[in-house]
Amino acid sequence: MNRKTQQNFEKVLKLIILTLGLGLVLLPIWYMIVTSFKPQTMIFELPPRLWPQTWTLKNYIVALGKDKFGLYFMNSAKVAIISTLLTVLVSSMLAFVFARLRFRGKETLFYIFLLGMMVPPVMLIIPQFIVAKWLNLFNHTGLILVYTTMNISMQTFLLRGIFENVPRDLEEAALIDGGGPWTIFWRIILPLSWHGISVVIINTFLYSWEEFAWANVAIKNSSQRTLPIAIALFQSEHLTEWGQVFAASLVALVPVLIIFIIFQRHFVQGISTTGLKG
Amino acid sequence: MHTKRHYSDLIPAIIFLLPGLVLFALFFVGPMMYSLRISFFEWKIVHPEQSIFVGFENYRRALSDPIFQRAVLNTLAYTVITVAVKMILGLCVALLLNQQLPGQTFFRVAYYLPVITSWVIVSLLFEYMFNGQAGLVNYILKDFLRIIPKDIIWFADEYLTLVPIILLDIWKGVGWAAIIFLAGLQAIPAELYEAARVDGADSATQLRYITWPLLGPTTIFLVVVLVIGGLNAYVPFQLMTNGGDPLDLTHSVLTLMYEATFGRIDFGYGAAISYLLTGFVFIVSLVELRLMKQQAA
Repeated sequence: MNRKTQQNFEKVLKLIILTLGLGLVLLPIWYMIVTSFKPQTMIFELPPRLWPQTWTLKNYIVALGKDKFGLYFMNSAKVAIISTLLTVLVSSMLAFVFARLRFRGKETLFYIFLLGMMVPPVMLIIPQFIVAKWLNLFNHTGLILVYTTMNISMQTFLLRGIFENVPRDLEEAALIDGGGPWTIFWRIILPLSWHGISVVIINTFLYSWEEFAWANVAIKNSSQRTLPIAIALFQSEHLTEWGQVFAASLVALVPVLIIFIIFQRHFVQGISTTGLKG
Repeated sequence: MHTKRHYSDLIPAIIFLLPGLVLFALFFVGPMMYSLRISFFEWKIVHPEQSIFVGFENYRRALSDPIFQRAVLNTLAYTVITVAVKMILGLCVALLLNQQLPGQTFFRVAYYLPVITSWVIVSLLFEYMFNGQAGLVNYILKDFLRIIPKDIIWFADEYLTLVPIILLDIWKGVGWAAIIFLAGLQAIPAELYEAARVDGADSATQLRYITWPLLGPTTIFLVVVLVIGGLNAYVPFQLMTNGGDPLDLTHSVLTLMYEATFGRIDFGYGAAISYLLTGFVFIVSLVELRLMKQQAA
């Protein structure tokens, strides 16, 4: 009985610690949410309130109505969705080669690809800028191709770990039925690696949705801007209008949240079956 | 029935590799090489053929430039502090989340929320919270906890500016470290703990002799990835310091590179800085990966 009480006590203590930590984690997000509902006159009020005296939707109406917000949102959506699909396809094809096929020099090639994990994306901006200038890629295609490339290494590494865990017996059956590598890849490996692919989708979508440095130099035409650029620019032009900045920001967070909620069920499981175990 | 043959899958391999290889060559390997070349020139972006070869001059200039040295110090301090704190807090959160507690899924998702927010957005958010006059942080410190006598103007001081930047990274990164640790924890067989309990080991002993050693590879993986991320910090520095304010004392290596390249159109100098950083990241990662191999062996 005594031991049981002690266990319960520990449980409650842990819950309290977790909840306190959670408070710190959620406080900034909560503050952003309430600020987006505060009228401009309350933005620098003292004391700063975590529960506004007056609530208003004006920030949302103004921010979403101006500066072609809808256009920027669609630009970001287009770039992020295509980059994600392309990354899933290209990395899983690469990972399939490294997990399953045999040829000379495979390991070396794999390590060359891993180099991509070590090189900072921002460091590549100068030469990518020159390549993009040469190929006329200061547009969404340029963003998509660069985002895909910057994600390939890490995601291939993750997927190789996943694919290696798919039992080989299933492939033997497919081989006997006369299926080639494409059949094995498409009908066996991919469907059985759904949790790993979820991780790739979350990672890549998030990256492409929020990428700032490359979009900032590559997109000159204002109608092609993506959301991170538009929001940063908006803030520097309207320094004190935090309510509007956060209203726009919160709307910009919605797609990521949706993607995360859809795919998070597979998330922990996905990570634990990747190559992380070394 | 089963004949073992020494076959090679070269043809299908080439087909599967092709899209990735083309992208990788065009936007990664090619640019890397080109960037190396640029770093040895006083590069003229409009007329590259008129660029002047200067050997290691760009590298020498960077290494002897006090602004660059300061950027290196800022970046190192930022990396060491954020990685250490994220690892410790991440492990604590993971240990707590790995238990059968009510609301387990809710906690997991909630702790991960900051990770999925955008850098641009949360950089602006922290700028607002650390606002000099009526910011939430100043209010909490001054009027609520009463540990500072008057408002702190965070973004006017070369050292204090780093505080919100570092706290932002910790806030945004703990959830990720925790989820990776959690994955590592779940890969540890439960029988080990049962056996330990039978032998009468308390939870501290279990942590010391089972959890910690078996988390080795996860830990090193996290260190490698987090250190790379820390050394490459860009967006929060850029947005919260407007690229080095005050007086170019608060640059990270990459904001300085960015300013040199696209602000002063000094492509050669920028390329040299990025190569210095890449070289450093590469060496650090190799050392860490060697440790990982040793651990695994």
